[in-house]
Amino acid sequence: MSSLFTDRALLWLGALLYLAGFLTGLAALTRRQSSAGPRTILNTLLVAGWVFQMLGLYVRGLTVGGCPLGNKFEIVQFVAWSAMVLYFFVGTAFRLSVLGLFTAGYAAALSLVSLLVGRWDLIHSEKIFGPNPWIELHAALAVFSYGVFGLLALTSLMQLLQNWSLKHKRLNGLFWFLPSVVQLDQINYRLLALGVLLLTFSLGVGAAWWLRNTASVDYPKLVVTLGVWLVYFVMLVLRWRTRLVSARFAWVCLVMFFIALLSLGPVNSSRPHEVILTPER
Amino acid sequence: METHPSVLFLLGASHHTAPLAIREKLALDDARAAALATRLQQTPGVREFTLLSTCNRVEIYGVARDATTIPALRQAVCETTGCTTAEFDAASFLRQNHETVAHLFSVASGLDSQIVGETEILGQVKAAYDSALARQWTGPVLNRVFQKTFQAAKHIRTHTAIGAGQISIATVAVDLAGRIFGELAGTRVLVVGAGDIGLKTVQAFQSRGASAITVASRTLAKAEEAAALAGGWAMSLADLPEAVAGADIVATSTASPDFVLTRELIAASIKRRPARPLFLIDLALPRDVDPAAAGLANVFLYNLDDLAKIAEENLAQREAEVAKCRAILAERTAALWPQVAQSLSQPRA
Repeated sequence: MSSLFTDRALLWLGALLYLAGFLTGLAALTRRQSSAGPRTILNTLLVAGWVFQMLGLYVRGLTVGGCPLGNKFEIVQFVAWSAMVLYFFVGTAFRLSVLGLFTAGYAAALSLVSLLVGRWDLIHSEKIFGPNPWIELHAALAVFSYGVFGLLALTSLMQLLQNWSLKHKRLNGLFWFLPSVVQLDQINYRLLALGVLLLTFSLGVGAAWWLRNTASVDYPKLVVTLGVWLVYFVMLVLRWRTRLVSARFAWVCLVMFFIALLSLGPVNSSRPHEVILTPER
Repeated sequence: METHPSVLFLLGASHHTAPLAIREKLALDDARAAALATRLQQTPGVREFTLLSTCNRVEIYGVARDATTIPALRQAVCETTGCTTAEFDAASFLRQNHETVAHLFSVASGLDSQIVGETEILGQVKAAYDSALARQWTGPVLNRVFQKTFQAAKHIRTHTAIGAGQISIATVAVDLAGRIFGELAGTRVLVVGAGDIGLKTVQAFQSRGASAITVASRTLAKAEEAAALAGGWAMSLADLPEAVAGADIVATSTASPDFVLTRELIAASIKRRPARPLFLIDLALPRDVDPAAAGLANVFLYNLDDLAKIAEENLAQREAEVAKCRAILAERTAALWPQVAQSLSQPRA
């Protein structure tokens, strides 16, 4: 019985519920149903998926003795979990919870891929945060900011789709449910500001400890992390100055998130003290 | 005490059966409706009734002792409206029992409307029923049938795409603006040209909350006249570059043979407010807005053909939904009818 509640089993359950939510929302969209029923089902599945995912991460956290951010699998799971948290805060304004559909697809994809790629979870950094809760906070905030940027990528994709539909006068199907261009632009701006704020705070906390022991972080991780932060910060300034707006802004947000995701590779691989996890974890 | 079942009936004429001239004759204003109601109340065998009168239909829904009452109803309608019996017989239709329920469901859901899927009819049916209820013209049978009708119409509205998409030029434009700006309450609308179609479009925007309206015309006097009608400000075309830069939505309908809004003018305007989209609605023939402006970032340009095409697509989509709606309504009618039949079978004094 206890084997049913391993961290991976719970995370599988969460991922499958996200997938079920995505398929439910997609079915409602194709039928152009705008009633409360499909929205309630979708949101119920997403809440259930999120709870199971959180339980899975909690069990994993108990096992590793800290915040479960010790390998690529855990980071990707945490990014998906963060995006879902944000959706619960900002998603209620969307017609037929279309952002919920996008977030469900995104979280399901991230969770399922991370579960299916076994090697992402074979190696785990041993006590990466040591006894220091501030470093743990630094890491959690950094990954959470990636969740924000992930959601930003989704809303940017939605803005590009809406922009395309209006420009090309293809107004039916999925496009009917998308929020307005202006609403999406405002949401993108706020998400970018939130993400930059979180990442800045995370780097600030990290920097305070790094200055005490500069050898604790290697050069590639430092460069990549600061690079990602700098690009997002410049994007925020350009958006604030209205130098980077509308579809171009959305494109940059979308592309930048994929670059940021790729940056997780060098950031994660620079960790010392790795141990092999047992397969049954 | 009668024991044989009563009859649920519908006697009426609609745009499907009656030409406009006959519908005009049959139309029931308040005075005529009151006169007809009095006649119906005095007609032996009529137990319940509701009068529905719109520009496309005049329909009497009722419960009668039996079908022999119907000729008296025809006579009452003709005498009240001045329509000859021959005219009324040629233009009217009669439904009984199960068919009456099916027809009412169809009417209230907008399936029987001239513009399929329109929502105004539901409000009109509700008003007709409320009026009859207040005057105690209805009874247990019609009360049940009408309540179920409203539920069925709501179900159709929320579970099918029968009402999706706008189908007039002005409302399509408003719908598009909603997809660009979301709420229209804070948007600034500029109308270039004081023509009728431009002003109709403005009225559609006003109905959705837009209040900052400016009208520009070649002559300031004409602009002022149109602005007074629209409740906005007036300006001359000489100030157009400034006005476009400050507007969110620009609707043009001038008779100018050349472009009134060139790509350069629009590019310069959008540069001054890069974060805010500009929605251009070109309602003129020949066109007022340079089509090349559509290529500018954050500019959305729609001309008459574009809007008409969207309206046609929406209408086609609605019509494609009709079969689905009819199937749903048929199920609901079949579910309701046994209960109504039982009510009709109740002995009455």
